[in-house]
Amino acid sequence: MKRNVLPGLPLSLGITLFYVGLIVVLPLAALVFKAASLGPAEYWAIVSSPRAVASYRVTVLSALVATAFNLVFGLALAWVLVRYRFPGRRIVDAIVDLPFALPTAVAGIALTTLFASNGWFGSLLAPLGIKVAYTPLGIMVAMCFTSLPFIVRTVQPVLEDLDPALEEAAQSLGGSDSAIFVRVILPLLMPALLAGLSLSFARSLGEFGAIIFIAGNQPMETEITALLAFIRLEEYDYQAAAAIASVLLITAFLMLAATNLLQARALRYTARS
Amino acid sequence: MKIRLDQVVKTFDTFRAVHGVSLDIESGQLVALLGPSGSGKTTILRMVAGLEYADGGHIYFGDQDATDIPVRDRGVGFVFQHYALFPHMTVAENIAFGMKVSKTKRSKSEIATRVEELLRLVKLEGLGDRFPGQISGGQRQRVALARALAVDPKVLLLDEPFGALDANVRRDLRRWLREIHDELGITTLFVTHDQEEALDLADRVVILDQGRIVQEGTPAEVCRAPNSAFVMRFLGDANRISANVRDGRAYIGETVIDAPSSSDGPIDIYLRPGDVDWRPEGDGISATIVRVLDRPGGRRVLANVEGGTALEFDVPPETDVRSGQHGRLLIKRSRLYPA
Amino acid sequence: MTPTRRKPPRVGDGPIIRRVLIGTTLFFGAILVLAPLIVIAVEAFGQGLKAYAATIAHPDTRHAIFMTVATALIAVPVNTAFGLAAAWAITKFDFWGRRALLVVIEIPFSISPIVAGVAYLFVYGLQGLFGPMLEAADIKILFALPGIVLASMFVTAPFVARELIPLMQAQGRDLEEAATSLGASGWRTFFSVTLPNVKWALLYGVVLCNARVMGEFGAVSVVSGNIRGQTNTLPLHIELLYHDYQAAGAFAAASILATLAVVTIIAKVALERRGAGRRPALAAAAKEQNAGTSS
Repeated sequence: MKRNVLPGLPLSLGITLFYVGLIVVLPLAALVFKAASLGPAEYWAIVSSPRAVASYRVTVLSALVATAFNLVFGLALAWVLVRYRFPGRRIVDAIVDLPFALPTAVAGIALTTLFASNGWFGSLLAPLGIKVAYTPLGIMVAMCFTSLPFIVRTVQPVLEDLDPALEEAAQSLGGSDSAIFVRVILPLLMPALLAGLSLSFARSLGEFGAIIFIAGNQPMETEITALLAFIRLEEYDYQAAAAIASVLLITAFLMLAATNLLQARALRYTARS
Repeated sequence: MKIRLDQVVKTFDTFRAVHGVSLDIESGQLVALLGPSGSGKTTILRMVAGLEYADGGHIYFGDQDATDIPVRDRGVGFVFQHYALFPHMTVAENIAFGMKVSKTKRSKSEIATRVEELLRLVKLEGLGDRFPGQISGGQRQRVALARALAVDPKVLLLDEPFGALDANVRRDLRRWLREIHDELGITTLFVTHDQEEALDLADRVVILDQGRIVQEGTPAEVCRAPNSAFVMRFLGDANRISANVRDGRAYIGETVIDAPSSSDGPIDIYLRPGDVDWRPEGDGISATIVRVLDRPGGRRVLANVEGGTALEFDVPPETDVRSGQHGRLLIKRSRLYPA
Repeated sequence: MTPTRRKPPRVGDGPIIRRVLIGTTLFFGAILVLAPLIVIAVEAFGQGLKAYAATIAHPDTRHAIFMTVATALIAVPVNTAFGLAAAWAITKFDFWGRRALLVVIEIPFSISPIVAGVAYLFVYGLQGLFGPMLEAADIKILFALPGIVLASMFVTAPFVARELIPLMQAQGRDLEEAATSLGASGWRTFFSVTLPNVKWALLYGVVLCNARVMGEFGAVSVVSGNIRGQTNTLPLHIELLYHDYQAAGAFAAASILATLAVVTIIAKVALERRGAGRRPALAAAAKEQNAGTSS
C-alpha cells in the first residue's frame, strides 16, 4: 500500500469537497433545480421567446466574430512574440495579459469612451459611416478585448517548444514557407489553437461587464443573453432569470464537452496502438 | 555528386566551431565524420545541408558553388538525429511530404506508387498507415531515411543516424544502410561519435577534433597508421608508456624499441591491448597483474609495469593468469608520438 | 575575421512578412489594449488633480474601496487555503473521482459571472433554498458583504488550485514520501518540503485571484443589490458614477483599478521570471523525454 504513505488525505479532501460543494456545486444545482421546477412548456416559452432568441443571436454572432478575429490576431501575435526579436517585445508580451487583469467594468467604460462617436477612435470612424459604440460592433470590440489573451497564451508555449528540426526537415524536403506553415506548423499548433478558441468563445458568450457599457442594450438588437437574465432579475421575474441563466450554463457545459472531444481528435496521432 | 569544402569556417557568437576545414568527397562515396562532441562534425554536416551558413570559405556541389543556396533548393536529403518525423502525419504521408510540396507536380497515383516503392526499400511494407508514435525507434529511423530519399537527393546526409537506438538494432541497421547505399550509389555523408560505426560503414573516415580535421583516410589507413596520439586514443583502447629516445632508440627501462624517425628526448609509446604478448618469464618488460577481467572473446588483464605505469592487454581465453602474478610483456607493435 | 554571416531563414523570416506581421499586431494591440489604459488616465486626470482627489476622497468612493478591500481580504485567503488543500489531495493521492473533481474545480472558469450571481440568488435569496430560513434567523447574506464574498469566491475558485496542481503533479510525491519516511509529520512535510517548492506558483495564483476578486463585476452586481454607500464595491461604484453622467469620477475610480491591473501584470512578470505560471505539464513532458532513453 505505497499510496497511503502520505498523511492528510481526509483533511485536504474534506476541505476541498466541502468548499467545492458549497461554493460551486450547490449554487449551480440550485439554479438547475429552479429552472427545472418550471414545466417544460413554460421553460420552452421563456427560452424561445423572441427577445431571448434575439439575444442568443447577437451574443453568438458577436462571439463568433470576436473569436474569429482573435484566432487570426492571437495566432499572429503569438508568432510575432515567439519568432521575432524587436525592441519592446517583452513589454508587448506583458501587456497581452492586461485584458485578464483589468476589471471588466473599467475596460467597458474605457472602450465606450474610445469608440463613442466623439471618442478618439469613434470620431475617426464616424465620417466613414461606421458606428461602434451602442451597436453590435461595440459588443464585438468588447468581446475581442476581454478574450484576447486566450489564444495568444495557449499557442505561445507550444510554438516556443516546437522542435526546430521539424521545420528544418520540411525545408530540406523542399517545402516553401507557406507549405511548411500550412502542412506542418499549423497542424501541430491545432490542439492549442482549439483550446484557446473554445476558451475565447466561452468567455465571449458569458462576458457581461465590458459589454453592457458599450452595447447600448436595446432589446432585440444589442441586448446580450447575460444582460437579459440580469434584467429579468431586476424585474423580479426569477423563473425567467433562472431559465435564461440555465441556457448559458448548458451552453458552457456543451462547450467544455466539445472542446475535450475536439482536442482528443486533434491529438489522435499521439495515441499508441 | 562530388562535394568539396574549401576553407570552411563557422563561429557561433564567440565560439569557433569549425576552423578552415577543407575536404573532398568523391561521387558515390560513403564518408563518416567522426569526432568527440564539440568537434564541429554536426556543424559541418549542417553547413553542407544548408541548415547553417558558413561564415567563411566555400562549399561546392560538383562545380556549383552551393555555399549560399538555401536548404530547400540544395537537393540534399537530411536524416535528423531524432528523425524529426512529422508526428501528425502517417508514415506514408511523411514519406510523401517532399513530393507533395515539390515544384514539380506529381499525380496522386504517382506519389502513392513511389511511397510504396520506398516502403519496400526500407522494409516497412504495410506500416504506411501508422503514425510515428506507433512504431519502434528503428522503424522511425528507416521512415526518416525513406522520407529523405523520396525527393531524389543528390547527396544524403545523416546526423548520428544510429545514436538513439539499442546496440543490436544499431548493428543491423548499419549493415542495411550500407546495402542501400551500394544499391543507390548516392553520395553519403554521416556524422558519428562512435568509431566502430564509422569504421564499419564508411569508405572514408574523417576524424575531427576541436573544429579541425586531424586525419582522413580509409578505415584501414586510419586504423593502421593513426597520425597522432589523439587519433590513436580516439579509435580504440590504447596504453601509453613514457619513454626516452637516444640515437634512434626508445628506452623503457631495460627494454629497447626502434625509433628511427624520432629525435632525442621524451616520447610516448602507444600500445593496443592486442599489441603485446604475455609470458611468465623471458625477455620483455616486467609486469605484475593487478586484475583479470573475463570477456566473451578472451581475457583482459590489468597490470602494472616497472615504473608503475598501468597497462591493459588481452590474452586468449585459455591463458592461466591470476592477480599478483609476475611476468614479462613482449611488445609486438607500437606507435610513437612526441610527448 | 568576418562577423557571423546571416542565419539560414526560418519560416516567416522574410523581411516583408516580418514587417507586416509586427506592424499589424502592434497596431491592433495598441488600439485594443494600450488605448484603453491611456484613455483611463487621460479621462481621470482630465479635470485636474484637484477634481481627481475630490472624487477619490468622496465618502461613497472610500466606502467602495473599503468594500473591495474587505472582500479581497476574506475571499483571497480562504481561496488560497482551498487551493492548497485541493492541490494536496489531488496530486498526492489517487482516489476515485479525482478527474471529475478536477473538472468541477475548473467549472467557474467557463461560466458567465451573471450565471454565478443568479445561481447564488437561488441559494440565499428569498426565493432560494435557504432564503426563508436565513430570513427567519435574521441573517443577511445577499445584498451584503457575505454575498459579495461568496460570489467572488465562486468566480475565483480555480485560480490558486490551477496554478498549483500541474506544478505539484510534475514534482511528484517522492520528496514528501522521503520526508515522511524520515519521520516528519504531515504539517512539517507540507511546510518545509512542499510549500518552498511551490511558493512562487502559489503567489502567482494569489496575485491573479486577488486581481479578479477586486475587479469582479457581473456576479457581484447580481448579489450586491447595488446600494450606494453600502454594498457597492469599486467596480459597481464605477458603473454607478458612469451612468450618473459623472464620467470623470468614474474614471478616477477606474484609475485605481487600472493601477491595480498594471501592478498585477508587473508582479506576474516578476513571478514568471522565477518560474511560476509556466505550464509545468509541458516542462514535465520534456523532462520525461530526457530522462528516458531519448527516442
